Formats: sequence, structure tokens, C-alpha cells
Amino acid sequence: MNSIITTNILRFVTLVFAQVLVLSHINYLGYLNPYIYILFVLLFPVKNNRMVFLLLSFLLGITVDMFLDSGGMHAAACVTIAFVRPAVLKFCFGAVYEHQTIKFNQVDFGAKLTYISILTVIHHLILFLLEVFNFSKILLVLQKTLFSSIFTIILCVLVTIIFSRKTK
Amino acid sequence: MQQIINFILRNKSFLLYILLFIISIFFTIQNHSYQRSKFVNSANFLSGGVYNKVNNINQYFSLKEQNLLLQEENNKLKSVLYNTVTESKPSFIDSLSYTSIYQFTPALVIKNNYTFSTNILLIDKGKRDSIKQDYGVITSKGILGIVDHTSKKYATVLSILNTKSKISAQLKRTNHFGTLKWNGKSPELVQLVDISSKAKLIQGDTIITSGRSAIFPKGIPIGTIQDFKLDAAEDFYEINIALFNDMTNIEHVYIIENKDAKEINNLINPVNE
Repeated sequence: MNSIITTNILRFVTLVFAQVLVLSHINYLGYLNPYIYILFVLLFPVKNNRMVFLLLSFLLGITVDMFLDSGGMHAAACVTIAFVRPAVLKFCFGAVYEHQTIKFNQVDFGAKLTYISILTVIHHLILFLLEVFNFSKILLVLQKTLFSSIFTIILCVLVTIIFSRKTK
Repeated sequence: MQQIINFILRNKSFLLYILLFIISIFFTIQNHSYQRSKFVNSANFLSGGVYNKVNNINQYFSLKEQNLLLQEENNKLKSVLYNTVTESKPSFIDSLSYTSIYQFTPALVIKNNYTFSTNILLIDKGKRDSIKQDYGVITSKGILGIVDHTSKKYATVLSILNTKSKISAQLKRTNHFGTLKWNGKSPELVQLVDISSKAKLIQGDTIITSGRSAIFPKGIPIGTIQDFKLDAAEDFYEINIALFNDMTNIEHVYIIENKDAKEINNLINPVNE
């Protein structure tokens, strides 16, 4: 139990720092940045107290907001994906989720990719909607969402593959 | 009563979600209005400290470039200094001379961004160096923005690349003035609106600050006209301006304090006494 807490604290700190110090300065093609700090929400243990999980996601978002001077848009997006995560888990993993025994490095790749993609797109859509904050620029929002999502999904998958422990 | 409590208990995670979501939206909306969120900004000891540490390392990578920029500025200032007639001027001006209205403070940019629609910079001077809200910030090449929030050691700067910043600007050739805005598209172009259609514009005209706002002195360069068109009603021009500043590469900046700002603002808005 203790190791889970330690891992998650470490993951929180590492992801926030990686995000605000490196990944938010990539600006590929002028505006594309990956937001892989959401890995914290994606990989949070499935067996959890929902209230704690929501509060932690909010904390994660607001920390990133503080560093990036973005008000509360990351917090809003993070809380939302934390809230819809159980539904997405059920959709992607089905029976495995019902038994509360998902190990993220054991599930098959296709399901994992769907899971990461759905949550990433939701997160980015809310994030950019709030960032642009103008319904008349909805095309810009969708364009940013699409390209940034691709970027984020690729990086998230790579990171999960690189840092997954062999459990045999 | 029992039912209400039951309802709350049953839906507690949903209610918590709604609560947190509303808080974030509240912060976001504050962030989008002109006066920024008082609660969440990067001018605090944690993020300011982290950015400062990182910048201490990062600034070595651009030393050569920044030195050239400073040398260029020195060169310009020297040419002004030695080409003016020196007799009528005092040979030495210290920073305590009462006659000067504008006081300058040098600062370093420790965080810069230009990819969002509301871009904020962080500088390493704050309340401790008597930096306050609404001080202007410029570089050696042109204007940069306006000080927004300050903490003890840091301050955030509302960049001109921010869809909510509005700065008064004018043509260098004539006195037609308008408002400088940004449409959020390119970090090299800003927009000047509300220039009267009577003004005769030429591509390449220089745009400077107008000195009407008590933030910037008159005559700080902004950029040159790239293209212009009349708005729908044909009363005003909408002008695209290519900035002199390379907003993606900024390190040394100067903060301008207008010592008469309070007096001027009191005169303009006597109600705010």
C-alpha cells in the first residue's frame, strides 16, 4: 500500500516538472505541445476512493495552471477526465474492470490505446475550449485538439511502454 | 431531510466534481477578464523560485546572442549620447534626480511564452524592488507588456501577445492614434485598430507608443505597418503591425515607472478619489 502512495507522489512531482519545464516549451509548428501530465490521472490505481481521486486531479491541474499562468483550465480538464474515467474504463476493458483487477502493464495494447486516446481527447477538448474561450473559433479549438492529442497520445504510449515493469 | 442527505451521499462524487469544475471555470473566467486571477498565478515563491532556478541554467545557452543585443543597444545609446550637444546638460545624472519622470529598472525574463492566446511573462523583480501593477515593460527594441501581478520577488507581465491587452499607440509620422491589440494568431504580428480613415498610411510606417496612458512614455518603438485595410464601416483602419521585438527570444527587459502616473490618473478620473 505504501509503495503505491510513494509511486504516485513521485509520479505527480515528476510529471508536473517534466510538463512545465520541458514539454510546455516544445511549441512544435508554433503551437503544439504534448500534455503528458495527465498520465497521472490515467494510471491512477483503479481501486481508489473517488473523492480523493477527484481532489488529487484538481490539485494536479491547479499546480500546472499555476506554473503556466492559465487560470483554471487545466484543473477543469483534469477533474473532468477523472470524473469520466470509470465509465471509460468500463467501456475499454469491460469484464476486467468489473473485477477491479486491471494492471495497466498487463492489458492488451489495443484496449490501452483506446483508453488513453478517449481520455486525452476529452481533456484536450475541454482545455482548448477554455483556452480559446470563444465559440466562433471552434475550428481553431478542434484543430488544436486534434494535433495536440496525437502528440500527447504518442508520447503517453511511449512513456507507458518505457516505464512498464516486466511482471512475469 | 433524510432524503436530501441520502441524495447528497449517493451523488457525493458527482457533486464534488461539479464543485471543483465550477471553481476551475471561475478561475478561468477571471483569467480571461482584464484583471487577472488573484489566486492562481506564477508570481509566487514556488513557481517563481523554480523558474528562476531553471533560468539560471538556461540563460547560459543564449549568452552570446543576448550580449550582441545589449551591445547593439549600447552602440545606439552611445551614438545618441556623443552626437548631442553636451553643454546645456548636466554632466552626471544619478537615479535620484527629481527632474526625471520615468524611472527604469532592469530585469530578467525568467519565463516567456507566446503560443497561447493569453500570454504571460514572468520577471525576476517584484514588490521588493518597488515594482507595482501597471508599470510598463520594454526591451531594447520595443515594448513588451504591462506588469500585472507582483509577489515579493517576482512579477507577471501581461505580454502584448495577449488577447486582452490594450495599449495606446500612434503613427510616428503623424499624430493619429489607435489601440494596439492582438488577435491571437501570429507572435510576429499585432493589430492596431481605431486609426481614423483620414490618416494617410504607407506600408512600412513606424508605429510608436502614444504616451496617452501614463504607462509608457511617448515614442517607444513598436513595429512597422505590414498591411492595412478599412473596417466594414470605412471609418477606421485595421492595421497589421510587424513587431520590432522577436517575442520568442527575450531576456533583458526594462521596467518603466511613471512617477506622475498617480497624479495623471487622478486628474483623468477624479471620481476615483
